[in-house]
Amino acid sequence: MTTENLNAGMDLDDTTRSELERAGVIVSKVDFLYNWARGGSVWPLTFGLACCAIEMIASATSRFDISRFGSEVFRPTPRQADLMIVSGTVTKKMAPQVVRIYNQMPEPKWVIAMGACAISGGPFKQGYNVLKGIDRYIPVDVYLPGCPPRPEAVLQSLNYLQEKIRGMKIEDDPAFTKGRRQYPVPRFTGTDLEPPFNPEVWSPPENPNAQPDEPCESKEEASV
Amino acid sequence: MTTAAPNYELLQQEGLETSLLEISMGPHHPSTHGVFRMDVKLDGETVVELRPVFGYLHRNHEKLAENMTYLSSMPFTDRLDYFNSMTNNWAYALAAEKLIEVEVPERAEYLRVIMAELTRLVNHVTLVGFFVNDLGALGTPLMYAFREREKILDLFEQASGARMMCNYFRFGGLRNDVPEGWLDRTRELVDRFPAFLDEYEQLLCENEIILSRTQGVGNLSRELAVNAGITGPMLRASGVNYDLRKVDAYGIYDRFKFRVPYTDGDTGDCYDRFMIRMLEMRESVAILKQALADIPEGDIIGKVSKVFKPKPAEAYGRIEGPKGELGFYLIADGTTKPYRYRVRPPSLINLTVLRDMCLGGKIADACIILGSIDIVLGEVDR
Repeated sequence: MTTENLNAGMDLDDTTRSELERAGVIVSKVDFLYNWARGGSVWPLTFGLACCAIEMIASATSRFDISRFGSEVFRPTPRQADLMIVSGTVTKKMAPQVVRIYNQMPEPKWVIAMGACAISGGPFKQGYNVLKGIDRYIPVDVYLPGCPPRPEAVLQSLNYLQEKIRGMKIEDDPAFTKGRRQYPVPRFTGTDLEPPFNPEVWSPPENPNAQPDEPCESKEEASV
Repeated sequence: MTTAAPNYELLQQEGLETSLLEISMGPHHPSTHGVFRMDVKLDGETVVELRPVFGYLHRNHEKLAENMTYLSSMPFTDRLDYFNSMTNNWAYALAAEKLIEVEVPERAEYLRVIMAELTRLVNHVTLVGFFVNDLGALGTPLMYAFREREKILDLFEQASGARMMCNYFRFGGLRNDVPEGWLDRTRELVDRFPAFLDEYEQLLCENEIILSRTQGVGNLSRELAVNAGITGPMLRASGVNYDLRKVDAYGIYDRFKFRVPYTDGDTGDCYDRFMIRMLEMRESVAILKQALADIPEGDIIGKVSKVFKPKPAEAYGRIEGPKGELGFYLIADGTTKPYRYRVRPPSLINLTVLRDMCLGGKIADACIILGSIDIVLGEVDR
């Protein structure tokens, strides 16, 4: 990294900066330094759920090489990971484990919902056993559509995440303000999840077509 | 001098308080090949009880298929065993073609064989990569495997438009013809592939660590393999000469000369299962060479309407998938949708002997045995 980059966050005229650099001093903002370091070393969790996991692995192999963006260190344990790539279909039986693993990750932590299934249930949405989007239980930073997304798309989503990280401020960083974010783990009752979503992070979208005081007659007419 | 591991019962006789260690491996575990869980009871390091738990990826594939037309299920079969979408398509197409009786054109039959054998290469090459990954060789063999896989996926993408979820087969043929120059590019790849296999074999087959960790581990006897309904490379590693490409000769497999590698059945251990796959890749290359030399010009799909109503009947179509016998069982009731749609998943049935192979072994070997079975959870849970 060059010193220009580091000094980029500061309003410093060139003469002062070059004088300081000659004396071996670099002036920068703590925010900038933090975000630069965090964005350049996002450690993803080795967490494969379904088909998308294979493309996630492919993005780490030689042709696509996620290590160009500093994220090749896949960690099998959530305790050492920064980024959870929810790669694939989250079923109702699996959702409690996903939330539990998210809770175990230290701050700062980010989530990429990879693939149509993780975003909304995807092609299996009509089924009885598929969660309609992991964002019902944990906050998602980047949505990555595709079935499955190409490895290039995985890399692009990582770039978007790095962009987001560069905009972070320490004063409202959850790592410093709230401590480790933890969300209640849903309970799998055998047929459904209890509760169906976490109101802290997600609420059902309002139906734009809903008519609150619709008279009964018009409904009957519509059905006829 | 080596000391034996402290035995749980011996320690108890000496008056020490001991207990079996009960651990839950998975569903988030790097060597469970997806979301699979094993409830293991350990005496020291020895596995004394193992209970597989699955269902973490149950995506109601069968139920969804019963609520849509026959052709609409085709893209869903891609997502069963997501390494081998082409062979999944083929098995389903075979089953449905029995219901509607359609002639498959010659060129389509050849292309089907080419796609299936390329898929077999993809599957075996990545399986070996993951298997060695489970042994602790993180990285290099898997990188080699994925390098070759990408080249084949490029061909799939050129033909079908998708890397993994090809959705390329149709009842009575294929969706579209391959683009111009595709066959030449495939010939080039097939010509180069043996060089890669040489390199891979040189790297792995006589590796000291692989030999000592896989030989004599996870033995599967011929009797148990047959009784449990094991199919595919795993059955042949236990010494049974059974390959549906020879037995059924579905498609046009009777036109090709190839050998079916199988062992003498003395051990049926992890090394056998690993080697069978290495040998099968050579045979796939042989089939590919013949198919690419003989492929004729012509139509790509027979005359089939997109929505059809077969007469009430039952049909079972099966192929030799890279993992074993993959079958689709359909009951038609005269409507556009199947009354019953059932998949015979080789992964699930091969997984049933996991407990028998792991008991008495070390916990670290359980990971290797699971890796050598070659499961994909999309197919196990469906």
